Parts: sequence; structure tokens; C-alpha cells
Amino acid sequence: MKVLVAVKRVIDYNVKIRVKTDNTGVETANVKMSMNPFDEIAVEEAIRLREKGLATEVIVFSAGPVQCQETIRTALAMGADRGVLVQTDAELQPLAVAKLMKAVVDKEQPGLVIVGKQAIDDDSNQTGQMLAALLGWSQGTFANKLSIADGSAEVKREVDGGLENIKIKLPAVITTDLRLNEPRYASLPNIMKAKKKPIEVLAPDALGVDIAPRLKVLKVEEPPKRKSGIKVKTVAELIDKLRNEAGVI
Amino acid sequence: MAVLVVAAHDGKTVRNNVANAVTAALQMGPDVQVLVAGSNAGEAAKSAAVIQGVAKVLDAEDAAYANWLAEDVAPLVVKLAPAYSHIVMAADSVGKNLAPRVAALLDVAQISEAIKVVSPDTFVRPIYAGNAMATVQTADKIKVVTIRPTNFKAAAAGGSAPVEQIGGTGAGGLATYVGAELSKSERPELTSAKIVVSGGRGLASGENFKMLEALADKLGAGLGASRAAVDAGYVPNDYQVGQTGKVVAPDLYIAVGISGAIQHLAGMKDSKTIVAINKDEEAPIFQVADYGIVGDLFQIVPELTAAVEKK
Repeated sequence: MKVLVAVKRVIDYNVKIRVKTDNTGVETANVKMSMNPFDEIAVEEAIRLREKGLATEVIVFSAGPVQCQETIRTALAMGADRGVLVQTDAELQPLAVAKLMKAVVDKEQPGLVIVGKQAIDDDSNQTGQMLAALLGWSQGTFANKLSIADGSAEVKREVDGGLENIKIKLPAVITTDLRLNEPRYASLPNIMKAKKKPIEVLAPDALGVDIAPRLKVLKVEEPPKRKSGIKVKTVAELIDKLRNEAGVI
Repeated sequence: MAVLVVAAHDGKTVRNNVANAVTAALQMGPDVQVLVAGSNAGEAAKSAAVIQGVAKVLDAEDAAYANWLAEDVAPLVVKLAPAYSHIVMAADSVGKNLAPRVAALLDVAQISEAIKVVSPDTFVRPIYAGNAMATVQTADKIKVVTIRPTNFKAAAAGGSAPVEQIGGTGAGGLATYVGAELSKSERPELTSAKIVVSGGRGLASGENFKMLEALADKLGAGLGASRAAVDAGYVPNDYQVGQTGKVVAPDLYIAVGISGAIQHLAGMKDSKTIVAINKDEEAPIFQVADYGIVGDLFQIVPELTAAVEKK
């Protein structure tokens, strides 16, 4: 069984983002970019499936500008086998990415797709579910634990009240939650090895996918700032403030 | 055209956040209908019918809907969708699982976690963990929107909408429900609690959370945690407040031993009053706190618990 994982190149999670002064978006020039943290978990899970003999090959998908090759290389250095980049400088929204992934899935015929539940830039939490819908596959979202056996997957999901267990037919799309695993670091020899692993570059047109954005971003603004508060010295003072100033207890 | 709110429920009542979704839906169009899909969900449908502003409740009965598997509920919503201008869901674990599947089947974009309805086709939503706010406009004929419940006031009870029975769409056989391991708690549910007490890595162990439980119980508060505390195994995943966990906006949020990582602030900075207790006076949590105490939480929390009791 082949496993396809998707990785997104996003502003590094440690970077404090800046809204552009003309309110058209967020400043990405000269900002450190990294793999979306949830996608690292997806890559790790796929590699573990191969190490357990449950997967034969781990294919890494990404879509976006040429620099996404670096993000794919990071996944290859972790242990994935090869990459596919749909290269475009155009804005990509979740539905378009799901359609591009579907085209690659149709070609590669993986038995499982694993993606991060959400990207930390647009916080959409959509692509995995959309891909499952377009393929007519089952979906194991917000996965906390994944077990594969006999043509199906048991997925422990993180839900509002705790955890939920479902059994889904393969092929399926899994989206990762934080506690699924702890991604490994790439070792230096594996980083060197990854440089020789193949990355296929495709164009959206060649896949016959219309990637035109459906949502128009009218403006991007800073959130309202909270006015800074005060430090109190004692619990008695805190209780007094909460009771008489804020009126919340 | 009408607006359809898809309501999650436990078989007896719809979730509290459905009343918030109805408020958001009324800002998209005046004719708001609620879909309650389930197996023996008649009671839940009645609980939706009393929400003010609801014009009609659709009760879709099918054994396949018993556990809210997206694979089986999505075809029902898709079948109903052409009669509606908007499909609205609360951005909880049910809505986040289902709404994108519905949107893709309809070949439309989805708007995630709207915090404001600017006009029926334009919405404000947080991006980058709430460090930027994007105003987005959709040209799709059917608009699929999840809303962040804490940003919309709950519609009051007192309505009496008619309930209409509709048929189900059956089970597709792709997925089956096995069971759940739900946290049992007498405390108020995190996302609707008036007061929330949250603990972070500073608590140092799961055992020490008992100290926060005592404070929460005195205050009648919900209990939350930072991602660090959940990752460390101190408390279960459903306690997590933050960008990828729960978003809360109570009247009072007490952050104990939480440094205040960006992704945690994303889940609580809309709280009315924020209290931070931390030994590190440089901790970023103090930048959003109305009242901060720098000190040892193991002394301050029991003192606070005792003082609250004296009220």
C-alpha cells in the first residue's frame, strides 16, 4: 500500500507575524518558513506505517511556489521516499488543494492519505475532509491513534467531549491531531540522502484542475489589542479587584 | 432563500452552541431553519424548536445518523442544500468534521470559524491563530460557513417553531462508530462556562491539577489546560484551550502556570477578564492579563481557593 502525505510550507510557528500596512495580507518576505507542524505529524505517521511493513512507499505531496521543494526535502530527510510538487505561484485555497491532491491520488492510487488537520497560517481545517469527499472515501479526522488491519483503519479521534473510536474502510483520508505521534528529527546522513530522492514537478493545468480562488480576501487587519492590565501583590487585592472592579465573582 | 443551521445534539437536546449559530444565521437571512439529524432525535428537534428566530425544524430520522459520521450525514445536507442560501454549523468537532465534506460535495468554498457576519456573502475570520483578521467574500451560490460560537450571543428560548419529519439517506457503509471515551465531569462545559480555570506546565503534574479542581469547584468554573499540560499527559485532550483546541470567552479566565504561547492566547484572549498567576514575570500571558500575580502558584492557588470560599 502506498501512502500519500501532504505538506504545506507556512510561516514558522515561532515567528510573530506582521500584517502588511496596506491590509492586503500578512508579510511573508524575509520571514522564516517551515513545514506546517501538523504535517510533520502526518509524515511521521506514514513513515512509521512503512517501518511496520504496513506501507510500501511514502509519497510527499505539496502545492505552491518552487520553494515548497524545500518543505518536501524536509519530509524526504525524515524518511519519505519521493515527492510530488504541483508548482504554482497562484493563491491556493483548500478546495483547490483538495482537487489537486485528488488528481495526484487518481494517478498514484495510494491506499491511504494522511494530512495535517489544519495549517497554522489560514487555520482552515478543511483540505483533508474535502479530499475525502471528492474521492468518495471515508475520513478519520483529528486522529489521536491510528491502527491499520484487514483493509480498514481504526481511528481514535480527538472530539469535544474526549475521544471517539471509529472504524473506516480503506482507502481513507486521515487528518492528524497533536497527540498522534512525536515527529523525528532528520539526521545529517538522511538529509544528505534526501538530496538524491526524486521530486516530480507538475503544473495545475497538466492535471486539468481549476485552481481559481473562490473566496476573495477583501482585507487583512490586526486584531483589536487588549489594553494592558495591572499586577497585584496579594490574593486579597486580587479578590477585591475581581469583586469590585471587574464584578466577575 | 432560507438559511439552514445543522445542529449537533446528544439525542435529547441540541448543543448549546446551536443557539449561537442561530444568531449568526439570522444575520445571513431572515428565514432560519434547523436540521436535526439523528436516530430517535425527536426530543432534540423539540429543543431546537424553542430557540427564538427559528422558523422551522427538520427532523431527519435514520439509524445511520446516530453517531454523526460525516460520511453518512453529509449526503443528507447535500440533498437539502439547493433550497438554501447558507449552510451554517458551529465550529466544534462535529462542524469541523462535517462542513468541509459538505462544501466539497457542493463544489463550494467553506468559510471556517467566522467571528462576524459583515453581509450575507462577507465574513470576518481569524487567521494565524487570531493574530490577523481576514475579511472574505464568497461568490458561491450556497455558502457553507462554520461560526465561532463565542462571538455570537446565544438566541433566547421561548420560540415555538413547527417540526417537520423528513426521510434519511441511509448508511453508505464507509465508516462505523465503535465507541467513545468521554471525560466525565460535573463541572460546566468549557466553551459555555462563565468562569474558566486553566492550568499549564507550571502545575508540574496531573496530580497537582486537583488543586485547580478545588478552585474551579468553588467558583463553579470549567477546567481547561494549555497544550503543554495536555501533551505532558496531565489532563485529557478535551481540556485543551487554544488555536487547535477549544476557543473560550468566559467572563473570567484564570490562567495558572501558563506561559501564554501564541497558540494558547488564540483560544482565550476574547475573555472579558483575564487573571494570570505565574512565577515568571516576563511570561507573555501577563501582556493579555487584566490582573496578574507574580509568584508561586502552589501558594497562591490554595490561598485564592480559601479566600473565594469566604465570599
